[in-house]
Amino acid sequence: MSSRFREHLEEALFPPLVALLVALICGDLLIMSYGQSPATVYRLLLEGTWGNAYGFGQVLYKATTLIFTGLSVSLAIRAGLFNVGAESQLAAGGFVAALVGLGLSPSMPGILAIPLCLLAAAIGGSIVGAIPGWLKVKYGAHEVIVTIMLNFVVLALLNYIVAAKIHVPETLHTPEIRAGGIARLDSFIPAFHGSAANLSILIALVTAAAVWVYLFKSKRGFEMRAVGLQPEAAEYGGVSVGGIWMRAMILSGAIAGLGGINYVLGYKQYYEEGFAGGAGFLGIAVALVGRNHPLGVVLAALFFATLSQGGLAIHAFVPKQMVEVLQGVVILAVAMSVPEVRRALRQARKPVAA
Amino acid sequence: MTGSATALGEREKYAIRMTGIDKTFGAVRANRGASLEVRPSEIHALVGENGAGKSTLMKILGGLQAPDAGTMEVNGRDVTGWSTSEAIAAGIGVVHQHFMLVPTLTVAENIVLGMEPVKGMRFDYAAAVAQVEKLSKETGLAVPADRKVAELSVGEAQRVEILKTLYRGAKILVLDEPTAVLSPPEVRELWTVLRGLRDAGGTIVLITHRLDEVVEISDAITVMRAGQTVERLTTSGTTPAQIARAMVGREVALTSRDEASALGAPLTGEIEPGFHPSDDMTSAIRVADLVVIGSRNTRVVDGVTFSIRPGEILGIAGVEGNGQTELIEALAGLRPLESGTIRINGHDVTQENVAERRQAGLSHIPEDRHHRGLILDYSVTDNLVLGRQEEFGSRRGMLNGDRIRENSKAQIAEFDIRPPDGEIAARNLSGGNQQKIVIAREMGQSFGVLLASQPTRGVDVGAIEFIHTRLREARAEGKAILLVSAELKEVLALSDRVAVMYRGKFSKIIPAAEASEESLGEYMTGSKKEDAA
Amino acid sequence: MNPFDFLTQTIRIAIPYLFAASGGVIAERAGIITLSLEGYMLSGAFAATLGVHYTGSPWIGLLTGIFGGLVFGLIQAVASIRYRANQVVVGIAINLLAIGVTRFFLKLAFDSSSNSPRVAGLGGNSAWYGFDNPLLWMGLLVAPALGFILYKTPFGLRVRAVGEHPDAAASLGIKVSLIQYISVALSGMLAALGGVFLALDQHQFTDQMTAGRGFIAVAAVIFGRWDPVRAALACLLFAAAETLQIQLQGNQFIPSQFVEMIPYLLTIIALAGVVGRAVPPAALGKAAE
Repeated sequence: MSSRFREHLEEALFPPLVALLVALICGDLLIMSYGQSPATVYRLLLEGTWGNAYGFGQVLYKATTLIFTGLSVSLAIRAGLFNVGAESQLAAGGFVAALVGLGLSPSMPGILAIPLCLLAAAIGGSIVGAIPGWLKVKYGAHEVIVTIMLNFVVLALLNYIVAAKIHVPETLHTPEIRAGGIARLDSFIPAFHGSAANLSILIALVTAAAVWVYLFKSKRGFEMRAVGLQPEAAEYGGVSVGGIWMRAMILSGAIAGLGGINYVLGYKQYYEEGFAGGAGFLGIAVALVGRNHPLGVVLAALFFATLSQGGLAIHAFVPKQMVEVLQGVVILAVAMSVPEVRRALRQARKPVAA
Repeated sequence: MTGSATALGEREKYAIRMTGIDKTFGAVRANRGASLEVRPSEIHALVGENGAGKSTLMKILGGLQAPDAGTMEVNGRDVTGWSTSEAIAAGIGVVHQHFMLVPTLTVAENIVLGMEPVKGMRFDYAAAVAQVEKLSKETGLAVPADRKVAELSVGEAQRVEILKTLYRGAKILVLDEPTAVLSPPEVRELWTVLRGLRDAGGTIVLITHRLDEVVEISDAITVMRAGQTVERLTTSGTTPAQIARAMVGREVALTSRDEASALGAPLTGEIEPGFHPSDDMTSAIRVADLVVIGSRNTRVVDGVTFSIRPGEILGIAGVEGNGQTELIEALAGLRPLESGTIRINGHDVTQENVAERRQAGLSHIPEDRHHRGLILDYSVTDNLVLGRQEEFGSRRGMLNGDRIRENSKAQIAEFDIRPPDGEIAARNLSGGNQQKIVIAREMGQSFGVLLASQPTRGVDVGAIEFIHTRLREARAEGKAILLVSAELKEVLALSDRVAVMYRGKFSKIIPAAEASEESLGEYMTGSKKEDAA
Repeated sequence: MNPFDFLTQTIRIAIPYLFAASGGVIAERAGIITLSLEGYMLSGAFAATLGVHYTGSPWIGLLTGIFGGLVFGLIQAVASIRYRANQVVVGIAINLLAIGVTRFFLKLAFDSSSNSPRVAGLGGNSAWYGFDNPLLWMGLLVAPALGFILYKTPFGLRVRAVGEHPDAAASLGIKVSLIQYISVALSGMLAALGGVFLALDQHQFTDQMTAGRGFIAVAAVIFGRWDPVRAALACLLFAAAETLQIQLQGNQFIPSQFVEMIPYLLTIIALAGVVGRAVPPAALGKAAE
């Protein structure tokens, strides 16, 4: 194994492992404060998630959205940008997809309708992503604050549109789409019966692969990573830093927007107020734990999805709020260990002498 | 009894005594058994090339770092490993090369920071201003006490830094390369201030790599090389040549002719067959009336005109800070210019961006390889691609991994980059090898014009010779090279023609054969000012 | 609509913002990015409720509330200063953690997923329009007090130096980390007071009761260009817009969602420099580098 690959692997794996350890310890404490045995509870958690088909289906479902938001955030981070707006980009994407799905004729075959709706979702998200990108390039406005503020603006706007114009009475959702629906897994695999898991997971995995190819095999990806590491050097190498930033925010928004299809096309087949449910913010955690690498993102998404679904499974023993505490703890632990690990590894490695 | 009495007397002889100092940062041994002995009431020069360990030693003195081994005594007292506060309390004041001033605060606020005069709970700003003005008058260091530091000139800011140390009762002053950013009149003012402080009983340590300054102002000299102290001299009775030899560790040729002939290259002044300077050939690069506006709204490049023929090296000498950096950046496309034109092979590139200029045949070895020239976390292979993505890419936007790896292997071999492993992160190579990556990339692609800015700075001696050879080979192949270097010897050794850059303008461009350190030195200090017509 | 009612309601709405924004200002002026105001407020609200519930005294609740904010502030401080974690991520993590922890203990202590039992508050005599609540007065005075500290005391000078050029401060023997720890601890406590005011005013703790107020405070800090008094004015501005929207609820002039957007849109505009540049402290977020 080349030394550089091993270097990368070490720096990548240590923080999540540390986080896992911290989460386990915290979990033990919380569980014991409820008078329960950690071993029993963890076993129950695993059984309720990966141990049965329905639970596993739910894990897959939740992971799907997180893969999209995680990829979105990690792509932006590779370009040196922090996209906190995945939540509203996700919602916007789902909304536009629902609109298109409503507008299409029911007789249109899925082969045409689904890609159209996917495109719609990506466009919806990319518009929301482009705004902070443009403000950064043109005015130097810091994307962290702009995306946080824009989240509120976009969500309020969507709320208004749905509440005032397009909702089914007595509900907070749009009418069911007429075309572009994505099949649930339980329609092929009866064991998944009742779970929300749908074929969007495949689209999510394909997207992850595409992001990998883009980042590590393409010219623009090379330039994007250069900008994220040392913008002055990228500029010296002829890269248009502003151009890369715009690209990164648009792509990031598009991928987050695409995440909307999981709920809107796959599960409920309509857009509903609040369907994003914090997945945009959790996407930040997923990107962080996944070390901003598509493969890591997929694994991290599965991890957080398991936690989330597991919380429901153990509800009789420990309140599911414990899971929320663990989420926060894991994020903090990873955030604190990343610089620490990097520093420790750098001390340990001696540069090769000339 | 006698023994210890003598020992006591010994120790008190020195204001500063550092012995056997070791300090390692990661894998870099910045100080290896370094020592320093400074008598009270003297101006002591600490000299050495970049990377010799001078700054580190002073950081240890100032309490910013603790030594890994060794002892330190100030005025006879053992103070090894003390903190910044203790150092300040003991009267050590450090004026850093990069000013430690808070731009949004005023001069008075910066000076009293950490020792603020108070009235109850309130910060007594009026008292601070009064105290600063009083001190300013006493020492002759004029500063506007109530103005924000961001609005000051460089000379004024430096005076604030000095006042900061004096406010805290500094009796031992350490100045790190103070003249790097000063104009000659400002340098003369500084010398007056320093002499005044010395005569009033202060001790001064001056870190510099400028031999002429050492001779002019210092009473004693300590020479450092590669982390060690190699020689201690008294200034009267030492020539610049002796100091230079101690710094570099070998007989340094101070004239271009000797060095050039030693390396077997044609002496400047000897015309190669077929090449006649008066031939009206198309220039490889032609720059006319270039003006660049700098950060303080001044013309940092003030109407520069020159041209370079294919197969020629034009060397620009000059103290750093006279516009050389901005000139190179403007030529590369990294800095906007105010007016003027740039033509490469007759083609006007003034409006073109960095990538387009590279396409037009421009290569650039940047002054700052760590921030500009390399992406430290990229592998050697990837760094060899930086700026050449289009070359190694396909039309569909993908990079051709095989061709990239082949290129990397070839260039690593050709330029002897060590260790010869393309997958190592650039961060892990030595400075010399890092520079070789940049050289390999910039000179290994097809180019017509090369901008080489401080190409051998911080590079070990073996690599320096290698780089010089490469530059001569490129010239022989018909490339045009603009060489900017703060090392006069290097400029004289490599160039066909030389000019000096002073305050944004070029002096007259003369053939290198007609130039000497003395004559160029006059241009560099501004005492002679024939502009390039 | 009566201007006096308008004013008193605006003030009442502004108090949590005033506390939280002041907390944001001091921490960010010291160079620590603070997105965790929401978490600080929520923990302050919950800790206060616990305190009043178990002792019957709102004043004890005030103290426990401050303590709750202090705890989360210290978490942010340790993570950002000692461990150099990415401060944006830390802020988000603290917000999530605060939600989780308050929910967990809400269940543990009160066996509810939504709210605590009713607790006593401060003031409460409606004839005084809220001005009999000492917390309200504290809220009005916190910004000028912070302004005094920041611009007229040695501590404030050092905070500003640390946030602009920590190396310069360190070279003068100033303990940069200590200054930052103190500033972040203060920010936690101040923001928590905002939550305390909310909880005592509503006489209970409800799940996620801060409802995004912490982010309006962040907006106020930026819109107010990191100056305590300007940030306070921004808080009043945003509160006024909210009051307006509530008072106009019957009229369908402007849908409530658009009024909601005002603070955020204004901040985005401020960042784009359309109404003068909002330049943060130069070393903001750099503790991690």
